[in-house]
Amino acid sequence: MAILTVTNLDLFYGAFHALKAITMMIEEKKITAIIGPSGCGKSTLLRMFNRMNDTIENIRITGEVCLDGKNIYNMKTEREIDRLRRKVGMVFQRPNPFPLSIFENVAFGLRIHKKAKGQVLKEIVEASLKAVLLWDDLKHKLKTSSLRLTLEQQQRLCIARVLAVKPDVILLDEPCSSLDPIATRRIEELMIELKKQYTILLVTHNMQQAARISDDTGFMLLGKLIEFGQTSCIFTNPREKETVDYITGRYG
Amino acid sequence: MSPRITQKIAFSLLFLVSLVVFIPVLFIIGILVSKGAAALTWEFIFSMPKDGMRGGGILPAIVGTLLIVLCSISIALPVGILAAVYLNEYAKDNLLTRIIQLSIVNLAGVPSIIYGLFGLAFFVIMLNLGVSVIAGALTLAIMELPSIITTTRNSLNNVPASFREVSLSLGVSRWQTIRRVVLPNALPGIMTGAILSIARIAGETAPILFTAAAFYVPHLPHSLSEQVMALPYHLYVISTQIPNMPEKITYGTALILVLLVLILSFTVIILRIFFRKRYKW
Ligand SMILES: Nc1ncnc2c1ncn2[C@@H]1O[C@H](COP(=O)(O)OP(=O)(O)OP(=O)(O)O)[C@@H](O)[C@H]1O
Ligand SMILES: [Mg+2]
Repeated sequence: MAILTVTNLDLFYGAFHALKAITMMIEEKKITAIIGPSGCGKSTLLRMFNRMNDTIENIRITGEVCLDGKNIYNMKTEREIDRLRRKVGMVFQRPNPFPLSIFENVAFGLRIHKKAKGQVLKEIVEASLKAVLLWDDLKHKLKTSSLRLTLEQQQRLCIARVLAVKPDVILLDEPCSSLDPIATRRIEELMIELKKQYTILLVTHNMQQAARISDDTGFMLLGKLIEFGQTSCIFTNPREKETVDYITGRYG
Repeated sequence: MSPRITQKIAFSLLFLVSLVVFIPVLFIIGILVSKGAAALTWEFIFSMPKDGMRGGGILPAIVGTLLIVLCSISIALPVGILAAVYLNEYAKDNLLTRIIQLSIVNLAGVPSIIYGLFGLAFFVIMLNLGVSVIAGALTLAIMELPSIITTTRNSLNNVPASFREVSLSLGVSRWQTIRRVVLPNALPGIMTGAILSIARIAGETAPILFTAAAFYVPHLPHSLSEQVMALPYHLYVISTQIPNMPEKITYGTALILVLLVLILSFTVIILRIFFRKRYKW
């Protein structure tokens, strides 16, 4: 079933037309990858789903993005948007833990949303760290600063921080681009594990990564979604010439 | 000339210049200590002036300056921080905002005696506060606002954009993001601004001349609506208005003023460390 649908979406940064007539459907509890050359609008598209583009001035958006059938761009109050962002979490390209302890990083959202405290909070933190496979390594040093962790651990921590607020959808913008190949593979395994419970949208530069772990793939070029479909089809039997050029490495 | 030698010359020059900056500071402290240290006794710090201020202590002036500085900073700091937060995080870039920003820049350049006259006209006379601690503190607070706003804005801007982004992306509201992420991270910078302000306020004479300072008050203030003695003004008085003033009292008073500023600054630094610990930064 589609959890997110995008209909005829256009986005302008001032006069620059960054997303052009995008229409797509994102299936629940699957990994959807978005690939394409640098600057084609992947991050911009991803940031549509949790309305992070709202923070940018001079931006104009037309079209629809529906989560569970409700157009998220009809939301008017900041409260509604904040609530949307709890449902649609985001992991960024560079691991960006707060300069707080490991525990406080994971607890951050819950504490502020006043959703849990005391024992309940501890349990959620534990469950989140377990879900990203950090618990066994770090359970005795929850009070140390998160900045002491390796980059891979930091990125896992950032994922745990998102999981703790119990999202339905997780947006990941090139989550492995600052990691080495081994760490990358382990994060990929984590994403496969996470899709049992969450819908995952993954922006990646790395075509092998998209091919390895995603169920659906969209290929973007210059703001257009050129082709969108099952990953196996896109990579073995693409319809569009641009897609062929890109995945065979003939583009750029 | 080889690049190596040019580099050597450049570095030596830079070293000399920093020495030139440093030497006057050493000199000032040296003079104050050598001429004033003899006056520093418990009696000097903790008793009232005697013999037409030629003897006894300077307690009222110390207390007066402390009161004025603390009042002023506790007015200016919250107002300045809130204004900076508004300008930085909320204000749209429109005509009003620009006018406000322009006035802040200009306020910073106004000579301090003008603030003194303004304080006299507005706080002392118009608001009928009289010559008092509170009138002086308000005057100094207004004088300090521009620099507090500017340093606060700089420290807010130094908080990495990614922190705000993450916080918002977790569904944390803009206000909570400012309160829980931006301000705690900016706090060390804001405190540094506060230290500089305190140091400046404590030594200012002109703004309190007509608004707070008294020539001679033989007792400690009972409330903020009384006029008080203040160290910088007292220093001016004893060095120019009173004949046969023992030199060590003048220099001792100056030394106390410098020490007071140092102590206040250290308090802020300690507070800063405390906050850092609390937020586990
Ligand atoms: N805030 C902005 N203002 C103006 N133009 C922007 C802004 N953000 C992005 N753009 C432009 O929009 C286009 C798409 O940017 P986007 O960051 O979405 O690309 P991307 O596909 O994620 O690239 P990369 O692979 O390098 O991350 C680029 O040409 C970029 O220059
Ligand atoms: Mg990008």
